[in-house]
Amino acid sequence: MTLIGHQVTVELKNDLAITGILSSVDQFLNIKLDDIRVMDDTKYPHMMAVKNCFIRGSVVRYVQLPASAVDTALLQDAARREAQTPTTAAAHTMNR
Amino acid sequence: MNTNLWKITVTKLNIPQYLNMDNFLPGQIFTTSASLVDSVDRKLLVVLRDGRKLIGVLRSFDQFANLVLQDTIERIYVGDAYGDIPRGIFIIRGENVVLLGEIDLDKEDELPLRQVPVEEILLAQREEMEARQKREKLKNKLLHDQGFSVDFTETDLY
Repeated sequence: MTLIGHQVTVELKNDLAITGILSSVDQFLNIKLDDIRVMDDTKYPHMMAVKNCFIRGSVVRYVQLPASAVDTALLQDAARREAQTPTTAAAHTMNR
Repeated sequence: MNTNLWKITVTKLNIPQYLNMDNFLPGQIFTTSASLVDSVDRKLLVVLRDGRKLIGVLRSFDQFANLVLQDTIERIYVGDAYGDIPRGIFIIRGENVVLLGEIDLDKEDELPLRQVPVEEILLAQREEMEARQKREKLKNKLLHDQGFSVDFTETDLY
């Protein structure tokens, strides 16, 4: 299951909200979007000529996902199973 | 590095199972280095945390999104006007980067914006800043009179 190729909206900590097609995500949650559109673009004139962008993970506040692309039941199930597995649970504690 | 080599390295180093690269989706490369490589030598807009907009050619980067920009200009926007200040070469520390946008060279020429001289845009920028400070001061005064704490000033949104 991947969200790459879906339309997402990324809201930044400076309130700029960018909608675009998700093209990649890395371990820092840096996000790359294609075919971007900015809500309230008269307020952000510098984004008008930009077609795709890389957003640094540290400045992201929210990522809005399309509800249809997320299987919450499956996620809950996976989370529950992971919490029950002793090895991963230990690994997470170690990681803290 | 091919996949088999990866597996050997991972086993030899005795990396915990949860960090094993095999647990990630196949064909997906989880590195910033991989994702910015196609923007190198392109004309980019970089937005910094202090609100500055730099336009230049990306020459190098690393995993923290530290960047090297060549032939950089700083572009100041006020309303529908903008002005450019030539700056030169930048090494930007990654933590100050908000976003990098690749500029669509076709769209760039048909924007509903007008370019004005540097002096003019700097003046407009100062006026805008002063107006904002005035507004902020008034707002803080009103809030203070209502008994709200106004110690917090939003200087850095990040």
